[in-house]
Amino acid sequence: MTSLSSPGPDLRTGAADLLPPRSQRGVVGWMRENLFSNWLNTAITLLLAYFLVRWISGFVDWAFVNAIWSVPGNNTTACREARGIGACWALINEKHRFILFGTYTYEEQWRPLIACALFIALYVVSAMKRFWNKWLMAIWAVGLVAIGVLMWGGVFGLTHVSQERWGGLPITLILSTFGIVGAFPLAILLALGRRSTGMPAIKALCVVFIELIRGVPLISILFMASVMFPLFLPDGLNIDKLLRAQVAIILFAAAYLAEVIRGGLQAIPKGQGEAADALGLSYWNKTLFIILPQALRIVIPPMVNTFIGMFKDTSLVLIIGIYDILNAAKTSIIEPAWQGFGVEAYIAVATLYFFFCFAMSKYSQKLEVDLNRGMRR
Amino acid sequence: MTNAAVGPAQGQPEFIQIVGMHKWYGEFHVLRDINLTVTRGERIVICGPSGSGKSTLIRCINRLEEHQKGQIVVDGIELTGNLKNIDAVRREVGMVFQSFNLFPHLTVLENCTLAPIWVRKMPKKDAEAVAMRFLERVRIPEQANKYPGQLSGGQQQRVAIARALCMNPKVMLFDEPTSALDPEMVKEVLDVMVSLAGEGMTMLCVTHEMGFARQVADRVIFMDRGEIVEQNVPELFFSNPQSERTKLFLSQILH
Ligand SMILES: Nc1ncnc2c1ncn2[C@@H]1O[C@H](COP(=O)(O)OP(=O)(O)O)[C@@H](O)[C@H]1O
Ligand SMILES: [Mg+2]
Repeated sequence: MTSLSSPGPDLRTGAADLLPPRSQRGVVGWMRENLFSNWLNTAITLLLAYFLVRWISGFVDWAFVNAIWSVPGNNTTACREARGIGACWALINEKHRFILFGTYTYEEQWRPLIACALFIALYVVSAMKRFWNKWLMAIWAVGLVAIGVLMWGGVFGLTHVSQERWGGLPITLILSTFGIVGAFPLAILLALGRRSTGMPAIKALCVVFIELIRGVPLISILFMASVMFPLFLPDGLNIDKLLRAQVAIILFAAAYLAEVIRGGLQAIPKGQGEAADALGLSYWNKTLFIILPQALRIVIPPMVNTFIGMFKDTSLVLIIGIYDILNAAKTSIIEPAWQGFGVEAYIAVATLYFFFCFAMSKYSQKLEVDLNRGMRR
Repeated sequence: MTNAAVGPAQGQPEFIQIVGMHKWYGEFHVLRDINLTVTRGERIVICGPSGSGKSTLIRCINRLEEHQKGQIVVDGIELTGNLKNIDAVRREVGMVFQSFNLFPHLTVLENCTLAPIWVRKMPKKDAEAVAMRFLERVRIPEQANKYPGQLSGGQQQRVAIARALCMNPKVMLFDEPTSALDPEMVKEVLDVMVSLAGEGMTMLCVTHEMGFARQVADRVIFMDRGEIVEQNVPELFFSNPQSERTKLFLSQILH
């Protein structure tokens, strides 16, 4: 070999083996490019870093270092002395059962606890692809019956707890779970109806329903469901307040979801339906096997958006006197001894909300990737 | 007229009969007084300038488009608003599209078995066996478990042909099956179509592949501005076109 061919491997390796220049790689490279590229950038970065560190250390001091974790009985003097310096987590310590389960009979609160655990178990099972078969329906049926039995009682030696006493997390989970489960099929039918060509009456009905419901705030629908609806019912027939709120939430969510799904239906190329028609598939087979699977996949992000919004919107039931978790938290600081510790109560509830919403968001991202694997054109 | 020489062969049952058919898109008269008879086993190539109504014509045969006047009878069933009739006709008529229109969320095998299972009520196992047989015939059995997006254009179109064949159709409609393909993939699709013709399948093909027309067509139909201008056996159609419009078209397409 001559000395010309020997210097380093660079001459021999193909282009594919080359790495980008060192300065563009890794954390350091990224930081140099994005945070410190010129003096202005550097100044802004340093300033922001300073505020960030100060704010975080302040929060850590408040939330952990100087926090009061418990107080004797209802004597909140220690908390009041630490106002502004340390958080009063003693409130959560004292009131967590009320926040989580509202006015549910105290000794029986293990029942709503198990009910919530069952809900979460149902979510987890439904999220796993390996359970996507005909048994999933059965699992849900059994799970929901068990939750109903636990909450109501009156059988198997469980004492009856009337629905007026329910509150907290189970209410939030019940309203949003049945809200999504009920709104989803209704929304699909509304979206299909709105796009149908052969049946003008059905199409008009769907359009009117969607536009009417979307045109008014959820609060007014809840209010109507709670106050006006019973006026139209015959005497003696009294539908439970929670059920009325549930129906209102389902109708509201369905109207929004229907428009999201319609967007997905519109994105499917005409040729897909034509190919299904040419093969002789019926309208429902075509819709179920060809159109919907593709349309729903496209709209997973906006659909989850709607679900997350709906999960949080259930807190509006407070205006008709139902104690969901947010309302329960708000009520927990009414007692004079605990007044003024709203921040702690709201942080605790916000953390719970965040847990559920973030899980939904993460799962939907994973689902999108899973479902699109291999199918890209 | 040249038509007399190539009318339906004597003694053969007429399979598709179109009589005095017209179609409008709104005000636009897209098909004018179409009369066409196709006998069992006949292979017809339809050509003509873009926008002349070729696609619309064959899409009327399985009612992807609705005609407004005249009669279309397929295998003794008249196409009207009657949904039962439409379903019955679609079960007998297979179609292959220019843009393949495979179902991207289903595997190749599932694309092929869906209709046999749900329309023909075939057990899944049997449907899969049938599908594999046709995938072998279009020479891509090894792709059965892939998704359409993972295949080349030529492979996708062959899957589309197999998918249509799985329904055991009595006639196949092709709407420019090779126009969306890269040149090197045209042959593999045409080969499949030639072998299908060799087995006696009744075929209506909209195509500008004149080599294919010469090789397999019993009759070539030339359409222009919504009318059937001229039809003839391929030799005469190419060597001795009658109308000026046909001559112009052929001079453009054959260079
Ligand atoms: N859905 C439709 N609505 C209105 N006009 C259409 C529609 N489909 C096709 N056309 C028109 O009808 C004519 C014939 O179309 P087509 O049958 O696709 O022609 P070809 O297949 O011969 O190119 C064209 O002028 C086209 O613009
Ligand atoms: Mg065309």
